Amino acid sequence: MAEQGTFRVKAGLAEMQKGGVIMDVTTPEQAKIAEEAGAVAVMALERVPADIRAAGGVARMAHPEIITRIMDVSTIPVMAKARIGHFVEAKILEALGVDYIDESEVLTPADEDFHINKSDFTVPFVCGARNLGEALRRIGEGAAMIRTKGEPGTGNVVEAVRHIRMVMGEIRKLVNTPDDELMTFAKNIAAPFELVREVKRLGRLPVVNFAAGGIATPADAALMMQLGCDGIFVGSGIFKSKDPKAMAKAIVDATLHFDDAKALAEISRGIGDAMPGLEISSIRQEERMQERGW
Amino acid sequence: MKIGVLCIQGAVREHVAALEKCGVEVICVKRKEQFADLDGLIIPGGESTTIGKLLDRFGLGASIIGMIVEGKPVYGTCAGLILLARKVEGSDQYLLGQMDITVARNAFGRQRESFEAPLSIASLGEEPYCAVFIRAPLIKSVGENVETLATCNGEIVAARQGNLLVSAFHPELTDDTRMHRYFIEMVKEWKQKQ
Repeated sequence: MAEQGTFRVKAGLAEMQKGGVIMDVTTPEQAKIAEEAGAVAVMALERVPADIRAAGGVARMAHPEIITRIMDVSTIPVMAKARIGHFVEAKILEALGVDYIDESEVLTPADEDFHINKSDFTVPFVCGARNLGEALRRIGEGAAMIRTKGEPGTGNVVEAVRHIRMVMGEIRKLVNTPDDELMTFAKNIAAPFELVREVKRLGRLPVVNFAAGGIATPADAALMMQLGCDGIFVGSGIFKSKDPKAMAKAIVDATLHFDDAKALAEISRGIGDAMPGLEISSIRQEERMQERGW
Repeated sequence: MKIGVLCIQGAVREHVAALEKCGVEVICVKRKEQFADLDGLIIPGGESTTIGKLLDRFGLGASIIGMIVEGKPVYGTCAGLILLARKVEGSDQYLLGQMDITVARNAFGRQRESFEAPLSIASLGEEPYCAVFIRAPLIKSVGENVETLATCNGEIVAARQGNLLVSAFHPELTDDTRMHRYFIEMVKEWKQKQ
């Protein structure tokens, strides 16, 4: 009577990742560096977001052979990205045996109206969100993990900060909203009513909420943890830095000791330069990845 | 009675909630000086390589081994089971290595093979126990001082060796607190002996 793919089993894997760092990798060598540094999972990609941004054009799911080569060398979970709404890419990733699918705005959306019906899958999904309504719509579709969208590939944490502050602020407001105002609250943020009620009861999202999109230093990771994130995704921040091994280890250590400034000072020493950063206002509105999805 | 939950990474919040539901004092521990006045410790589920590396990097392993040698009960779930094991098949990862078991990691397969299933566990009473397995390990062999507490399809998924308790499944992900109560009894017995 064993049951696979229950929501508890799907959300449970994300619960096991709490307090950890998930790193973007493009080769088996990078996957080994990530695991050695203490990553809790890796995201198998063809290119990191900074390179996707630079290359332009249409960004799609990575080639299966890239993903399976990374799966072959990793003992930790391997995630991979599918385009928003591209449920066939997602089915292919599930068939490959990836442990988590990121329905990601980093890739070019395949559907401008509809996200993937994630309840339909045995494999769990993580999705980006800029506010509570967006997070609850994704959870309503079956996402078992949420992350901030931030602005991927910029090495600029400002958008991820905006998104986690928004979500946490809305949750605080919801917790203080009387029950007879909940339906209107749900309507105003365009979120499923039952999930709004559950967030009020729990005082947090019903699934874990990680930081993503612009984290480039140990201090960035600790900042996002202090703002209430459950863990950290680092995309370009590791392998676009001067010394990826040192940066990977430092971000893992900073995520553990996020509330200890003395430890963070020590962790931040001797790790070389972070990735080059991009000012958000220099990116045209229609080129901002966070605007993808709804 | 004060029970610690190792707060490096993983399902910390859930173990804290389960212990609090059982009415015991809980603290989250991640610094050396926090271990000494604990009566027991839970090592939660998470990634065993990550938790192991950070235990090693920040010198916390010796504090936990110290507790075990003193006879204080320690309960490892999933990643915690792996860390307590003497040996992990095909791996040279950091281990506390205090329990005479050999473990296979990700023994059921990848995440899509993760599952929940009702188990019959004699030490917890007659009612079946809903066990949640997430990329779970299995105990492939045990030493003579190890008592098997639960099996799934004939494989060992929970065991005890004196003051050490391990399960491949995650009691912290269900509302059933029987595994936690079993562990709290171990801590009570240890305290009475002092």
